[in-house]
Amino acid sequence: MRIIQAKTIAHMVAKLCRAANYSIGEDVLQALKKARRKETSPIGRELLDQIIKNHRIARSEKLPICQDCGYAVVFLDIGSETQIRGDIYDAINQGVREGYIQGYLRKSIIADPLKGGNTEDNTPAIIHIGIIPGTRLKITVAPKGGGSENMSGIKMLTPGEGIAGIKNFVIDQVIKAGANPCPPVIVGVGIGGNFEYAPYLAKKALLRRIGERHPDPFYARLEKELLRTINRSGIGPMGLGGRTTALDVFIEQYPRHLATLPVAVNLNCHVARHKTAVI
Amino acid sequence: MVLHITTPLTDSTIRRLKIGDRVLISGKIYTARDTVHKLLYDLIVRNKQLPVDLTGQVIYYAGPAPTKPGYTIGPIGPTTAGRCDRYTPALLELGLKGMLGKGSRSVEVIKAIRKNKAVYFAVTGGAAGLIAKSVRSVKTVAFPELGPEAINELDVRDFPAIVAIDSRGNDLYESGPREYRKTCKKEDL
Repeated sequence: MRIIQAKTIAHMVAKLCRAANYSIGEDVLQALKKARRKETSPIGRELLDQIIKNHRIARSEKLPICQDCGYAVVFLDIGSETQIRGDIYDAINQGVREGYIQGYLRKSIIADPLKGGNTEDNTPAIIHIGIIPGTRLKITVAPKGGGSENMSGIKMLTPGEGIAGIKNFVIDQVIKAGANPCPPVIVGVGIGGNFEYAPYLAKKALLRRIGERHPDPFYARLEKELLRTINRSGIGPMGLGGRTTALDVFIEQYPRHLATLPVAVNLNCHVARHKTAVI
Repeated sequence: MVLHITTPLTDSTIRRLKIGDRVLISGKIYTARDTVHKLLYDLIVRNKQLPVDLTGQVIYYAGPAPTKPGYTIGPIGPTTAGRCDRYTPALLELGLKGMLGKGSRSVEVIKAIRKNKAVYFAVTGGAAGLIAKSVRSVKTVAFPELGPEAINELDVRDFPAIVAIDSRGNDLYESGPREYRKTCKKEDL
């Protein structure tokens, strides 16, 4: 049994909050550069140039890439042979508090959804905990901005609507969103599960690396088809027209109840932030 | 080609600007988000004077990240303008001439832009640090009690933007995708 102190988790969460906000993943940066090379719209090219230049500034000066430093979404996979000393939830929130205050990140969380009041430290985090075999601890911090979150959606299709229903819903969601989620977007799709699980699948899908296809060829084909169709829409960078509307589409699926076919779409803007550490 | 323009915006500058024009803006612009828009709207409706004279001025829909030591302002990209649509026609009637933000605007706002001869500029989302470099100084000019949501006067130089809706009511959010929807073929990224 390996003992891990809760404050180790807090310390790591703080580091990951800052790193995720300053330094975009290499896969996203390369995808933006590739999009810039292939973009036919002059305005689209200019916007992508600004986005790419901003990543250099953010990384070298340790500034948040976007002023919306997001809701801290934290995935914690705890090894079955480990024991955590201390309150895990407090530790994660303490990490967010430290990371956001010391990192000069914007505090965007409102204490009561209707009564208001900024919590002033970007807590609480939204926390997903799972158990994995072994003695390690895997922490992923994925700050999620409000603009793209607002353009996300879920539909309880009937099984009869099938794959055509899925395609229509995903594509319609991106078209309807238009400029608002700051295209080029990354599209996370959750298929199956139930009402609360499909959106979780869609959120997990956003953690995949750009260009990494689903291991099942059936879903890999669907991902590619959705990406092609979305990029024919002409929405383009910042919705001002162009050929790059989405950088990638990722699907995660799960068994469903025989009477339902849930599908969820979690849109991410091009500032797709997630950092992982394994302790 | 990039146009250098200054604020307050003159009628002749506004008339010159067409959708798709790239501009670098210098002068004073005013940050105002959802809460402030509602407060201003309430004052207008009750015929009260506004704390800031918006005649000829430019509003920037933005709420920056905290300011790091050694910097004038934190990263300050645009927020979605559409959330302020319901309050915008009233401000345009009062003489507001420019808006900086991101995302499309409503039919009512486009009509008011055309009627009052104003311009809406698109600012790049996710380029917040780059944009902050154009801000020379910051001063809170109204509603200080709102903290980060107060009206701040930003003195900017070469603030980059693109004309998205011009004074004739042309809308790049409509014509841009339409142009590329026609020409995009079946190619993978």
